[in-house]
Amino acid sequence: MRRLAFAAALGASLLVGPAIAQESQETPPLPKLEWPFEGVFGAFDRGSAQRGFQVYNEVCANCHALRLLTYGDLGPSGPGGGLGFGLDEVKAVAAAKQVPDTNDQGEPITRPATPADHFVPPFPNEKAARAANNGALPPDLSLIVKARAGGPDYVYAILTGYKEPPPGMKMGEGMNYNEYFPGHQIAMPPPLSDNSVTYADGTSATVDQESYDLVNFLAWAAEPTLEERHRTGIKTILFLLVLTGILYAGKRRIWAAVH
Amino acid sequence: MDAPRKQSKVIRWIDERLPIFAFVDHELNAYPTPRNLSYWWNFGSLAGFMLVTMIATGIFLAMQYTPHVDFAFDSVERIMRDVNWGWLMRYIHMNGASFFFIVTYIHVFRGLYYGSYKYPRELLWMLGVVILLLMMATAFMGYVLPWGQMSFWGATVITNLFSAIPIVGNDIVTWLWGGFAVGNPTLNRFYSLHYLLPFLIVGVVMLHLLALHQHGSNNPLGIDRKGPQDSIPFHPYYTIKDMFGLGVFLIVYAAFVFFMPNALGDPENYIPANPLQTPPEIVPEWYFLPYYAILRSVPDIWLLVFTIPSKLAGVLCLFGSIGVLFVVPWLDTSPVRSSRFRPVYRWFFWVLVIDAFALGAVGAHRPDAVIGGISYLSIGRVGTLYYFFHFLVLLPLLGKIERPRPLPASISAAVLKSVPPAASGKMEHA
Repeated sequence: MRRLAFAAALGASLLVGPAIAQESQETPPLPKLEWPFEGVFGAFDRGSAQRGFQVYNEVCANCHALRLLTYGDLGPSGPGGGLGFGLDEVKAVAAAKQVPDTNDQGEPITRPATPADHFVPPFPNEKAARAANNGALPPDLSLIVKARAGGPDYVYAILTGYKEPPPGMKMGEGMNYNEYFPGHQIAMPPPLSDNSVTYADGTSATVDQESYDLVNFLAWAAEPTLEERHRTGIKTILFLLVLTGILYAGKRRIWAAVH
Repeated sequence: MDAPRKQSKVIRWIDERLPIFAFVDHELNAYPTPRNLSYWWNFGSLAGFMLVTMIATGIFLAMQYTPHVDFAFDSVERIMRDVNWGWLMRYIHMNGASFFFIVTYIHVFRGLYYGSYKYPRELLWMLGVVILLLMMATAFMGYVLPWGQMSFWGATVITNLFSAIPIVGNDIVTWLWGGFAVGNPTLNRFYSLHYLLPFLIVGVVMLHLLALHQHGSNNPLGIDRKGPQDSIPFHPYYTIKDMFGLGVFLIVYAAFVFFMPNALGDPENYIPANPLQTPPEIVPEWYFLPYYAILRSVPDIWLLVFTIPSKLAGVLCLFGSIGVLFVVPWLDTSPVRSSRFRPVYRWFFWVLVIDAFALGAVGAHRPDAVIGGISYLSIGRVGTLYYFFHFLVLLPLLGKIERPRPLPASISAAVLKSVPPAASGKMEHA
């Protein structure tokens, strides 16, 4: 058992490696988008991220959990100031979901969710999720932007990377061809199409727009404190630059006598 | 050990009974230091700063972290999301590990370049190697705590190294795990030890400093101080120089913490640990990549009558790569410390630096991956051979055949030679 684990661990690179290496040679480089949250002054585009939440809530949430977030995180008391929704909106979003609980008699019941509840997962457990998805497990999306090489660009590329399989490629049953997925065969069918959602602000819901909005939302979900980090970082670096300048002047002055 | 005269009655009262102020004055204020230390000598105090930073942030993280396989990952995410300034503590700690290793590796290579391990500083050097070993153990166990995919599989691979030990190997691994696989008992003990080892490091650092202050710092010329004209007091000269260096260091460190906190980490570790799913590649953190390359490069070794299987041979070379550092003071036969006066060794020093980077690159790639028509495995084998060749063959040999350049008469002679007369006139006012 232990030998097996070791062999699996060290040998994974030897055995699985070549197959992936060959496939990845055909994977085109990820399209590089300009994300508003990137860079030293990067901040979330809340309009886009709110539309992205709508895409998640109406489309993705049918299969993908977002277990690290509570509904309240979307509102004004959420980490990093939330996603910009008002408390009433958050309450309405939560109340549309049912969560299991017990009543005062200890009997199992379901009740409408509140802002304090975590996002309700689409499936009660992994087996149910696999049973409903042709054996595949839709990953939790809470950290998807941080958990994949390429981050937001990778997620965007997957969402927009569906194509007809090249002639001669044998696809597994129920599998879909995606340019950017390792091995090109992904269990998830193309999740978004034009007008999958209707945006209240009148934004045209193309696949590209929906994907862009969704990635903005998922980037916020992966690290809601990002803006606080950037703001603190700018102040910290400015402080350190001044401090280091003073220390350098002090060093020059003190050492002047020795040199 | 006389305390400075200008001090209050209270301090004198305490000092008479507990000479703490006299000690601080002696070791940090008046402490005579070579006048010619370059900025390469900043990295010791930077390593000390990182040790304190890691302990301070670690203590706060420990207040919010839950060492249980079901809660560890989520408790770290809770720190990132809901704990006030939790993201800051966690990113300082997480990137702090990398920066601790950066400054320590520079510190070690500085010692190798300037021969800081030679008489009378052999024990100072060996204590440093002990600190490096303890740091590696601490970093490894710390990386397991967030319980992501790479935490789990890294722990599985590394603990399995011990199964290479003949006869008792498998029992040792079971004993390390506290079970038959990496699991909750493993996580709990790693947490306990991850909290303990830094304080052992503090202890060894104290000994390291005690050994340092016995003979004082080596210097870029590598020659002994001949008299008071070769020294300056530690304060204010090196306190200000260390603080300026710290400022520069903090700017770089802060740039990572605030603007690219995950650049040095593996995205895979943001996926919760799953014992049933092996990641496509198991890669350690960057600071272990050269050792990982050595581990994977070694083939079966045939010794006349029996064979050391490659796994055991790899593990032996892995530990040997650190072990060989312990005996560097005796492997290097040259009487000259500083590479400035060793025209041949200085080139091989830089070859060793390149070798270390090459091994790092090998550790980051699959052994069968190819670069410029050469497989990483081949590069790894050559790199591993060269690493040991450097220490076991070159160091002893060069001391015998190299003709060192003439050493300067004294530190002050060498330093003041480069100073124009007008500037040296200021000395009288100092």
